[in-house]
Amino acid sequence: MDLHVELPGLHLKNPIIPASGCFGFGREFAELYDLSLLGGIAIKSATPQERFGNPTPRIADTPMGMLNAIGLQNHGVDYIIENELPFLAQFDTEILANVAGSSEEDYVEVIQKLNDQPVVKAYELNISCPNVKLGGIGLGTNPELASHVTRICKAAAKKPVYVKLTPNVTDIVSIAKAVETAGADGLVLINTLLGMKIDLKTRKPVLANTTGGLSGPAIHPIAIRIVYQCAKAVNIPIIGVGGVQNAEDAVEFLNAGASAVEVGAQNFVDPYICKEIIEELPKILQKYGYRTLNEAIGRSL
Amino acid sequence: MKCSDAKILRNEKITSDIYRIELETSLSPLVKPGQFVQVQIPGFYLRRPISVCETNDNTMVLIYKTVGAGTEAMHAMRPGERINLFGPLGRGFPIEEKDVVLIGGGIGIPPLVETAKAYRKNGRHVTAVLGFNTKEQIFLRERLTELECYVVVATMDGTEGVHGTVLDAIQSKNISTSFVEACGPMSMLKAVSSVCQGYISLESRMACGIGACMGCVMKDKDGESLRVCKDGPVFEIGRMAL
Repeated sequence: MDLHVELPGLHLKNPIIPASGCFGFGREFAELYDLSLLGGIAIKSATPQERFGNPTPRIADTPMGMLNAIGLQNHGVDYIIENELPFLAQFDTEILANVAGSSEEDYVEVIQKLNDQPVVKAYELNISCPNVKLGGIGLGTNPELASHVTRICKAAAKKPVYVKLTPNVTDIVSIAKAVETAGADGLVLINTLLGMKIDLKTRKPVLANTTGGLSGPAIHPIAIRIVYQCAKAVNIPIIGVGGVQNAEDAVEFLNAGASAVEVGAQNFVDPYICKEIIEELPKILQKYGYRTLNEAIGRSL
Repeated sequence: MKCSDAKILRNEKITSDIYRIELETSLSPLVKPGQFVQVQIPGFYLRRPISVCETNDNTMVLIYKTVGAGTEAMHAMRPGERINLFGPLGRGFPIEEKDVVLIGGGIGIPPLVETAKAYRKNGRHVTAVLGFNTKEQIFLRERLTELECYVVVATMDGTEGVHGTVLDAIQSKNISTSFVEACGPMSMLKAVSSVCQGYISLESRMACGIGACMGCVMKDKDGESLRVCKDGPVFEIGRMAL
């Protein structure tokens, strides 16, 4: 079955993309399977300078999900260009570069540096990370700020710009519309939900950062709802992300209006999950009466 | 490394909160001393990283402490049931061409068993210094004695062996500190690192177990962040900022 999807800047052979932060730069997973099987890869956030991230513990297990507070740890965009992109260039898959920062200037700087890197096909603006004090979610919870940073990044970018939004807002549709108006080429919905876990023995938060981002199957229905609401309100493509465990969950995102699907925390539970979903997808699409993948997109709208 | 269902052969309590599970698994021949596996406990989301105690042909022994709901559920599993493993993972203890002193504290002791086997197989002399809070918590002493290790026990309350820490035991028995391999609580590893040369195995909360998520990182002395799961869990003494 034809699983191919055409999106701005991204010619995906199938709609499955490991989500940023859950797949590093692919090196570890390349030891397990051929990354050329993947539709694309959303690589770990790049910031202008190296960031160590938050203190540990950074991870907590939760019912049907997990909390993380990594804090955008990365070696900085120059290191990524020098060391990670050449490794990724050997694979026949589309690289979506997740861009983060503490200020608008940071986003622009990362984009300008990645503009000349042919392996990067599009940008994913991370204005939704709940684990950093500046930038991140601060920009993504306000329609004016989200719109402003999108406009500035669009002006700097020589490649399509997708904006990854946070669900930790009162009205995500208004932010999705504001970002569309500002020129975004697509949306990535959703980042993690702000959560917390307390250790009853110590009476203290499990995470050193106190709070973290909730991901995993627990957030899947929220992500489906948000993709559905935004798909009804905007005319730019949506990449759905949140709690995908199998091909059925991916098809659910497509039905809700997503054109492609990112797989996040499940990579930690089943490191082969993206490969398995890609193999399973034709069977599941056929089971529900679709002849092509495109027929499944937006069918519930 | 690979993902594979293991069959539970035994799952039994060995002290008040420590359990020994024996599994039939195709991962066994791949395991090197000091490596760990990621265990998928039914009903829980993230896998639990657990050090491999020892392997024999197609069986593997894990010794785990019940620290939360996940490990509580693990000890309720019965022989015949299946449990998914991913691994083996991480860089374990190097097996060098010399005699070794293995130092373990509490639930840090299990990975020393396979390590002891590797040294004994090479005909090396192995001293095992085991630290516990109290006599009732002692485990693996017999197993390490069976492997013809010289075993020294220390208890914090003095109910068995040397009264005090593993370092008190090393001092009172005049044991060499020139080459040790150690695993145990951070306080023990810090103390060991201040007087011994060799390697320590660290513990951290982790998600992926393969070095992708950056959940388990610790800083080395130069401020570089290293992944406990992939760059470790075993590090040379003096390398990490503990």
